[in-house]
Amino acid sequence: MHRIESGNTAAAMGVRLSRAQVIAAYPITPQTPLTEKLAEYIEAGDMQAEYIPVESEHSAMAVCIAAASAGARAFTATSANGLLYMHEQIHWAAGARLPVVMCVVNRGVGAPWTVWNDHQDSMSQRDTGWIQIYVNDHQQIIDTVIKAFCLAEETSIPVMVCYDGYLLSHTYMPFDMPDQDKADRFLKPFEPEYALDPKMPANLNTVTLPETRMNIHGIESPGYMEFRARLQEDFMGAIDSVARIETQFSRIFGRFCDPYVEKYRMEDADTVAVSIGSLSYQFRDVVDALRAGGSKVGCMGVRLYRPFPSRAVAEALGAARKVAVFEKALSYGYQGPLHTDILGALYASKDRPAVYGHILGLGGRKIRTPDLVDAMKKVLAKPVGSQVRDEPMEWIGLKL
Amino acid sequence: MEDSAGRQIVSHSEPGPGDGGITGSWRVLRPVINLDVCIPARQKKEACFICWLYCPDVAITRSVPPVIDYTYCKGCGICARECPAKAISMVEESAFTKGEPHAPD
Repeated sequence: MHRIESGNTAAAMGVRLSRAQVIAAYPITPQTPLTEKLAEYIEAGDMQAEYIPVESEHSAMAVCIAAASAGARAFTATSANGLLYMHEQIHWAAGARLPVVMCVVNRGVGAPWTVWNDHQDSMSQRDTGWIQIYVNDHQQIIDTVIKAFCLAEETSIPVMVCYDGYLLSHTYMPFDMPDQDKADRFLKPFEPEYALDPKMPANLNTVTLPETRMNIHGIESPGYMEFRARLQEDFMGAIDSVARIETQFSRIFGRFCDPYVEKYRMEDADTVAVSIGSLSYQFRDVVDALRAGGSKVGCMGVRLYRPFPSRAVAEALGAARKVAVFEKALSYGYQGPLHTDILGALYASKDRPAVYGHILGLGGRKIRTPDLVDAMKKVLAKPVGSQVRDEPMEWIGLKL
Repeated sequence: MEDSAGRQIVSHSEPGPGDGGITGSWRVLRPVINLDVCIPARQKKEACFICWLYCPDVAITRSVPPVIDYTYCKGCGICARECPAKAISMVEESAFTKGEPHAPD
C-alpha cells in the first residue's frame, strides 16, 4: 500500500512490521517523532510490544540489552548527543552479540549546540562493533529497518540504521508500506541460541582474562581476544549476509537495490562523486547537469559502511580516474572518515584514481546543488592521474 | 551464547567451582578451619554450613567436616568473617611455603 509519510513514521512502520517486542527510547530531536509514533501504536493496541520509558539514552540501550538477553526483539532510536550518551552501552551490546536494532537520525554534535543534520554522530560510533547502514529515502528507511532485524539476528551483531535528520526524518515522501503477511514471511520470530532462563542460570559477559581458561566443565574457553576475533570474523561474514538478505527481500517484495553501494551513471564515468545518505541522491542532479555539458561524471552512495564493502567499492571506482568524496563528518586532525576508507579500499587497485576530499553540510549548513556542480568542475579541472598526498580538503559552503 | 556452529561467541559461565578461573593463585591469606571449634565437625552432623553458603567461589563443601578447595579459594576471607564459631583463621600464604622462615613447625 502506498503511503505519504515522514521518514520517522516510515521507520516506526518498519519497526511495527518487524514485530519488535521491546522499545526503550529517550526523546531527542530529530528522532522524537519516531518514538512517539511507536508509543502511539502500542498504546492504541496496533502493536504488541512493551514500551519502556527511560530516563536517558544510556538506560535505553541498557534496557534493549536486557530485553535481547531475555530473547526479545528490541529496538531503540536516538540522535547526536543522545547517541554519545549511550556510547558505553553501544559497545556492550556489540560485545554481548545482541541483535538490537537502532535508528540513528543523523544530527550534528555539540558544542556548539545544533539540532540540524550532519553525520558526525554515527560516524563517531563507527568502531563500536555495530553494523552501520545509511539510507537515502523513505522507502529505504522502512525496508532497511525490517532487513536490519533479519541481519542482526542472523549475524548476532547489532545494526544501526542511519538516516538524515530533517532531510529525511521530517520530510514527506511516497513509499510502499509492505504487507504484514509479506513482512512475516521475510522476517521470522527471533529465536536466540540462548536466552536468560531461571532454569539454566548463567553469568553473561563475565570477566575474561588475558589468556584462555578452563570453564567449570574443564573445557578451554575463549579469552577476551578470541571473542573479539570472532566478532571481527562474523563482521566480515556479514558482508555476504547483507547481499543474501537483500536477495531474499527482493524475492518477496519485488524491490532490489545494491546493498553495498548505489551507483548512478557510472558505466563510463572517469570522475565519480562519492557520498553517504540523502546527499548521494542530491548528487544525481549534479551528475545530470555535468553530463549535459559533456563531462563523463557519475556518483555513488555508500549504503553499507560497517562492515566496509571494500571490494565492491574498489570494483565500482577502479575504472575512474578521479574520485571526489563529499562528507558531513570529519576525523579532526586528519580527513573525513569515508575519505580514509575509500583510500584504503583503492590502495591495492592497479592504476588507482586520485581521491579528493570535501567537507560540507556540517550542522545543517545548506548544501546547494550549484555549489556541488562547481566543486565537481574544480575536480574535473585537476590533472588526470595525479596522486593526492597532502592536498588539503575542500570546504564547501564555508562563508567566513 | 553459542552460535549455530557451536562456537562460543559470548563470554558466559555457569555457577560452580572454577567459574572465575583458577582463582587459588590469587590467594595471599589462606583460610584454615579449626575442626575443634567448627560446628559441624564438633557435633559430627550436618549443621551450620555458613562458610559453604557464603563462599563466592563455591570452594567449600557442604560436608562434615567442611573442606576448602584451595584450587579455587582466592582467600577473600568472607568465610572467616561469617563463621559464627570463629573457627576459620586467615593465615599468611607464605607460612605454607616450604623452606620459608615463617613456615609452621
